[in-house]
Amino acid sequence: METIGSLILIAIGAALINNFVLHYFVGICPFIGVSRRVDMAFGMGCAVTFVISIAAFLSWTFTYFILRAGAPVTSWIWHVLRPDSELVPDLSILNYIVYIFVIASSVQLVEMYVRKFFPALYKSFGVFLPLITTNCAILFACLEIMKHVSGASDPSQVWGLDKALVLAIFGGLGFTLAIVMMAGIREELDQCDVPKALRGPAITLITAGILALAFLGFSGVDRGLAALFQ
Amino acid sequence: MVDKPKQDNEEAPKGSTAFLHVGSSPHLSNSRLTTQRMMIDVLIGLLPILVFAIVIFRWFAILQLGICTVSCIAFEALFSAWRGKPSPLWDMSATVTGVILGLSMPWSAPWYIGVIASGVAIGIGKIVYGGLGQNIFNPAMVGRAFVMISFPAAMGAAAYLDPDGTLKIVTQATPMSVARSSATPLWPLFLGTVNGSLGEVSTLAALIGGGYLCVRRSASYEIPVGILGTIFILGGIQNLLNPDSTFTVLHHLFGGPTMFGAFFIATDPVTSPVTRRGKWIYGVSIGLIIMLIRVFSGYPEGTMFAVLLMNGVVPLINRWAIPIPVGGPVPVRAQ
Repeated sequence: METIGSLILIAIGAALINNFVLHYFVGICPFIGVSRRVDMAFGMGCAVTFVISIAAFLSWTFTYFILRAGAPVTSWIWHVLRPDSELVPDLSILNYIVYIFVIASSVQLVEMYVRKFFPALYKSFGVFLPLITTNCAILFACLEIMKHVSGASDPSQVWGLDKALVLAIFGGLGFTLAIVMMAGIREELDQCDVPKALRGPAITLITAGILALAFLGFSGVDRGLAALFQ
Repeated sequence: MVDKPKQDNEEAPKGSTAFLHVGSSPHLSNSRLTTQRMMIDVLIGLLPILVFAIVIFRWFAILQLGICTVSCIAFEALFSAWRGKPSPLWDMSATVTGVILGLSMPWSAPWYIGVIASGVAIGIGKIVYGGLGQNIFNPAMVGRAFVMISFPAAMGAAAYLDPDGTLKIVTQATPMSVARSSATPLWPLFLGTVNGSLGEVSTLAALIGGGYLCVRRSASYEIPVGILGTIFILGGIQNLLNPDSTFTVLHHLFGGPTMFGAFFIATDPVTSPVTRRGKWIYGVSIGLIIMLIRVFSGYPEGTMFAVLLMNGVVPLINRWAIPIPVGGPVPVRAQ
């Protein structure tokens, strides 16, 4: 019960309360760039969700088994090399490089897949598909997972793969929700007499600000739900 | 003169020219159905709430309402002039925004909060999107959310005016925040002799005014019925689960701005869905979010956030809740 409860909390937290776009303001560049049409926005949301899940799986695996202080694989190799050493190997310094490598390769995977099977979508994404590589929402998910794996002081608090994947998938769904909502609004805005200086990205950012105000209403829901599960 | 064509049109005697109008929707069956008439209807519907607010909060209510209304009208005139448009004050929409904004503020909020909220409501909520009829979010709620986040301490009503006219600077929380710990009697909650924002205190007044709006069809009944029905069902379930709780389903319905929001804020025709099915979806979702925020979140009240959030979803609802045309669904051609 408690495990399921904490998973639900992570899911709701990532999708609604701490929505990647509307609470942490990461992943703004595809949010602004590909939110002109609802179907394109949905495609982008799916692509980001997919990449974020792959990246979360790989980065959790690397962090848990290799990178964190006292990780099993690294410790074993160190033990073989220097059997009499008292030092605990810690490769956390390599976190960022590994994550960037992982994200870039999973984006490449998605790009090849979309190019082969959805050529129209590939065309409409344009430069934004390779730009998922630099999408901070994905790096943010990886860093969030790192915080709970190598940053946890108490060994019982270290996140397992299930929590990492739930965070990534629901974070991606929250991103999809936000970008589809924004695309719906922007299609409506096409008919609006927005001042010339504010058309395009400016009005989108203002709208995102108002949406973020609305999402603030969810703050604290996680604490209320946590009380429910105990 | 810029206004010339319109004046010509108005001066033409009505009914003298008989010709068939062919145009795109909306097909108005009644030429008196203007924005101005609807806005005046809303103002008439707000009258009972205004009367209750003034009876309960005396001149504090008048002051707060005056600040919000006057600054909304002033900002509307200012921003319209800025954009080089003829001032749209005659359609009364700025007045309605100002009154609703004033009613959603606690009387104890300092004057500058009302002014800031009005500026944000008219400027960022409305003019930036191109003015009346094109705004995505309810302007009054944009303004209120802005000041709610910026000045959280000042937005809680921190004092209460006694029935005998003396000012009690007792920090009495609003019923919605105090009710979780202690019992609140229902009857004052229904009548409105409790603390809170100006417009949220009296359920009775909101019911009278909202009923008038629905009968006049200036507000669609689906939205308030959807909101209140959802709150009734969910609150009832919660009530059945905790029969000892002093916070019953009726407290959910009568307390806080539920009624005011359901009848006057959520039903804004610009920011609510067009189709009947869409209105049901909209109303029920607002009710769900209100209950989610009320029961679980740190805020005592969620009507404002729920309305803003669903305003953002309205374009998608409009897209997906297209009614089936007369004669059944259009058959999909087999490929």
